[in-house]
Amino acid sequence: MNKTNPKIMPVMMAPRARATDPIRLKAWHGAALAAFVVLVSIPAFAQADGARDSVFTALARWMPLLLKGFIFNVVISISAMAIGTLAGAALGLGQISLSSWVRKTSWFVTQFFRNAPWLVLLFFAMFLLPFELRIGGIIIPLPDYLKAIIGLSLPVMANVSEIVRGAVVSLPSGQWEAAESLAFTRTQVLWRIILPQCVKRMLPPWMNLYSILTMATVLASIVGVSEVMTLTGQVLAAEGGRTDLLLPIYSTVLLMFFIYCYPIARLTLRLEKKFAVKT
Amino acid sequence: MTWTDDQPMVSVKDVRKSFGALEVLKGVSLDVMKGEVICIIGPSGSGKSTLIRCINALNDIQGGSILVEGQEVNDPDLDKLELRKKVGMVFQQYNLFPHKTALENIMMAPLLVLKDDKAAVEKLARRLIKKVRLEGKEDSYPGELSGGQQQRVAIARSLAMNPDVMLFDEVTAALDPETVNEVLTTIKDLAKDGMTCILVTHEMGFAREVADHIYFTDRGVIVEHGAPDVFFDAAKDPRTVEFLGQIL
Repeated sequence: MNKTNPKIMPVMMAPRARATDPIRLKAWHGAALAAFVVLVSIPAFAQADGARDSVFTALARWMPLLLKGFIFNVVISISAMAIGTLAGAALGLGQISLSSWVRKTSWFVTQFFRNAPWLVLLFFAMFLLPFELRIGGIIIPLPDYLKAIIGLSLPVMANVSEIVRGAVVSLPSGQWEAAESLAFTRTQVLWRIILPQCVKRMLPPWMNLYSILTMATVLASIVGVSEVMTLTGQVLAAEGGRTDLLLPIYSTVLLMFFIYCYPIARLTLRLEKKFAVKT
Repeated sequence: MTWTDDQPMVSVKDVRKSFGALEVLKGVSLDVMKGEVICIIGPSGSGKSTLIRCINALNDIQGGSILVEGQEVNDPDLDKLELRKKVGMVFQQYNLFPHKTALENIMMAPLLVLKDDKAAVEKLARRLIKKVRLEGKEDSYPGELSGGQQQRVAIARSLAMNPDVMLFDEVTAALDPETVNEVLTTIKDLAKDGMTCILVTHEMGFAREVADHIYFTDRGVIVEHGAPDVFFDAAKDPRTVEFLGQIL
């Protein structure tokens, strides 16, 4: 027999990050980005006349509101991620169930929500969920933002389900065999041996998914949730449709997302490297 | 029918096993008495590993019978957990749990499966570490150990369940030549202690020294078997002679 285990193929091994990351953002990159925002504001600044505030004054005036909106995006993303992760973990375990009925149903649900546009799922949740739930005598109102959270948690659920399934099947089958031959029950094998090893493998793609979700929270503006994009539109309307404000304000929103998501991306890469060395 | 130790501890009768259309075991029979050490040798793909994997029900069989202490393995109602408590197995690739230290690897099964007392299990695990000559490595993770050291932890891990019979599936095949001996010594110690062992191996010198009985398999059947001296010095079947000629 071969000295190397033929069952471990490169595709089954833990993801390995590149040895060196060619571009690594430093503080001055952020400064450059901020400078860009200022720069695009200059033509507008030059046009400002006495009747209107300068771009900077307008930006400063609306900044607290925009930040509040952005924090709402963060809240939506964290909530959708939490719900999606719980549901997705259950669905992922369903995909490796011994019962073929559970397995096939979980597979179908996963594939259905994974291959649907996020925006469509969001509309789906918006219009299919009632505005309030009656359970017995208790009425639970379902505001739009809650529906948006549910709508966004659906694709997260499906992706987490695949992350869980992928991590479980990527472990060498020898781990199952060794645990089984020690008379572990299937539940014990899964929870004591397989899943603890999967956490490492699941963390980077899970964080990646979170980044994508955060950027997708702006979709909620289309269904009327007052998150940062909705507020941006309202700010522009309140300023009387000043075209000179368009670029500065949207650049500010871009910058907010960048400042929030970039560190997550860095951390993901670092974790990938760390786990690639020690598996 | 209750099993007594004057009957074979493991009794394999006319076992047939197929993977799809490919029949890998075509009617194999062998008996192992308590305290006996048997070695199964043969060319790659002859079904040796499959055979011992069937004994602890890691693979199912399509025909025949395997009795382990009188318990039928080829039975849809088989309590696999009860069977596996009696049968220890060591693999070619060690298969230690990488997220647990050597000591934890050994302690896990007695704690979770036998639900033994933690202090007693830890004492047992430390004794087994000593038995496989790995004192000082209790808190090392598998990734920090050499192949030979990992394999000895794997042996200790199986022993911690206090099995009646041990299966060894080419346990030295993945090791560097210089670490093969430390693992073989550990197995020899076990054999001396009276452990019933079934080994699939390519180490002919070791097989000759330690085995009570040698089985030679080729293409899914047992071609020839006998006591080591007879088997190695006076093989009769041409296939055996050819195989031994290539290996020795």
